[in-house]
Amino acid sequence: MKRAGFTTVWLPVALLLPQLLIIAIFFYWPAAWAVQSSFYLQDPFGFGSTFVGFENYTDLLQNVEYAKVARFTVIYTVLVTFFSLALALLLAVKADAVIRGAKTYRTLLMWVYAIAPPVAGFLGLMFFDQRNGPLTEMFQFFGWDFRLGADFNSTATAMVIVAVWKQIPVNFIFFLSGLQSIPKSVREAALIDNRSATGRFWDVTFPLLAPTAFFLLIINITYSLFDTFGIVDTLVRSEPGNNPVTLVYKVFVDGFRGNDLGGSSAQSVILMILVLVLTIFQFRLIERRIHYT
Amino acid sequence: MTFWKIAALNVAVAISATAAWAETEITLWHAMGGQLGETVNKIAEDFNAAQDDYKITPVFKGSYEETLTAGIAAFRAGEQPNIMQVFDAGAATVIGAKGATIPVQDLLTENGVDFDINDYISGVRYFYADSDGKMIGMPFNSSSPIMYFNVDALEKAGVSAPKTWEEFQSVTAPALKDAGYIALAQSHLPWIFTENFMSRHDLPFATNNNGYDGAEGTEILVNNDAIKAHFTALTEWKENGLFEWYGTGWGDNQQPFEDGDVAIWLGSSGSFGGLMSKDLGFEFSATVLPYWEAVTTEPKQTFIGGASLFAMSGHDAEENEAAAKFFEYLTSPEVQYFWHQETGYVPITEAAYALAKEDGHYDRFPAAEVGIQQLSLPGGENTKGYRMGFYVQIRDVMNREYGRILSGETSVEDAFANIEKEANDLLARFAKTQG
Repeated sequence: MKRAGFTTVWLPVALLLPQLLIIAIFFYWPAAWAVQSSFYLQDPFGFGSTFVGFENYTDLLQNVEYAKVARFTVIYTVLVTFFSLALALLLAVKADAVIRGAKTYRTLLMWVYAIAPPVAGFLGLMFFDQRNGPLTEMFQFFGWDFRLGADFNSTATAMVIVAVWKQIPVNFIFFLSGLQSIPKSVREAALIDNRSATGRFWDVTFPLLAPTAFFLLIINITYSLFDTFGIVDTLVRSEPGNNPVTLVYKVFVDGFRGNDLGGSSAQSVILMILVLVLTIFQFRLIERRIHYT
Repeated sequence: MTFWKIAALNVAVAISATAAWAETEITLWHAMGGQLGETVNKIAEDFNAAQDDYKITPVFKGSYEETLTAGIAAFRAGEQPNIMQVFDAGAATVIGAKGATIPVQDLLTENGVDFDINDYISGVRYFYADSDGKMIGMPFNSSSPIMYFNVDALEKAGVSAPKTWEEFQSVTAPALKDAGYIALAQSHLPWIFTENFMSRHDLPFATNNNGYDGAEGTEILVNNDAIKAHFTALTEWKENGLFEWYGTGWGDNQQPFEDGDVAIWLGSSGSFGGLMSKDLGFEFSATVLPYWEAVTTEPKQTFIGGASLFAMSGHDAEENEAAAKFFEYLTSPEVQYFWHQETGYVPITEAAYALAKEDGHYDRFPAAEVGIQQLSLPGGENTKGYRMGFYVQIRDVMNREYGRILSGETSVEDAFANIEKEANDLLARFAKTQG
């Protein structure tokens, strides 16, 4: 294959420059600043500051509460990722099979995608309201004294449900287009070999969806870790108390509410490293093993 | 305030700005939302209308925490407002940053405004002062936790508002329970049952003179028997259906009182205006906070809550003069009385209090006087205030541990040991930021 190329080196650089500038100003500069301030304890107003080396990090690692928040974040991420992927896959497979009114079904299922996380959080507040939320009443009917904001497990459940509900449409769209890109000939061939729909799904459809599923896995993990901030904040009403919070929310609570810049910078650096690991994982392991065509 | 009102206000501001070019313009960043914000706007408008030399523009910046963070970010960028509202828990941060603010006492005297700290009611004098007693921040919206009660419920149960927690425990609460009520709820455990528990019982809250003498070496004294006994009692009351806790949110705990399910609710004296404006379906009144007779027989005044106004440094003399004049206007008896009537926050000067009395405000609304009465009770060693850094986070730790106590996840003993340890770690960290 003939490769097209630039004759000078300056043109591509000039064309890339705006993008590079944006990345440098909005990503690298703040990131570098966070790394630097994570080694200091500084007065919020910028008057005093003390170099403390790795103390902000060691304080975090020794902090029992930070470990609890990290543990919750992992459980939360696993639950949100699993349920939003599983339910979306189920819905996509069923919607793919619908022939009459297919577009209406699909549109309705995608609708929720347009809702912003804080709005989803507010809807959650209404559904899980302590006094007259319909879902609260449902849980109480089954004998669970569900109390959003007062009981750790109640709030955690509400957070997972709202986050899953909000994420299903995104996954649904990807799964549906993944399903529709499976060649008809492959399906028909499978139909001859295996008459069980479930068997066909696991033997043929699911492996062919694997690239989509792995892509979504990464997307959903980052969603649960980072993008659910708005949901967490609205559901705990900005007062974490004894409610569960995620690592990202803790950065906000300590840094923005508590004005502990050094400590929250160290927390952000830890999260940056986590993202880095996820990215490497995605590129190194998954991209190599999954065949997209 | 609706969008159109804001738009109209902006247009009005733009027009008046071009008309009066000689005015010195200053800004005030505050955290007063809703009806409170409209009252702030009204005061600013009246100030602007009352003279031609200065013009103040109030800007609503969100919650207390958001306002403080916005102010800090602006200060670091050299774009700070002239006046910033900082809440009680942020006091150590802003007062610790010497050079960020101009002590209000200096600002006033330098600009020819008479200042005598004794003009202010005793409860508010020193909360935002330094260890020498110099006022740094102007106490603006000052409140104190008081006890609201459902008059109908108490009548039905045949009891009166309890003076002591012993009375509540043995007489009031059981009677209210028999009458079909949950006896007690409260809206802010760190504020009402910790900070003000200390001042009401005159217990030291922190070493170094409650933290006033500097951040270095300050340690919290929260892990004491009196408060642990109080929380043990709370858990017992909760088990027996005498007390209920609806989470950390303020409103979640106020709502059951408004619904008539809870007979006694501990809230802010500043909640008065809001309660008055609602159609509650029962008569309510208020009185001072109960105390434990087992701890003290001479209960003291409480700390102020709410927030104060700080004059930010880095502005020219003319703007500082404008800020001083605004403070002078704000503390005038008439304006304080107006603020007091509209919001329920206490009048901060003796003169304003006298004016409210003279005008018969408390004959009409006896409950409106409770906050200021409680702040005017005798003071003690430990009642002028407290000064602890990273206090917002310390409150978060308290809320977390208290929530765990009340949801049965931990014991009172463990919770207070945790609070003490984490708070002291935070205080030690804060001391380093001041280095």
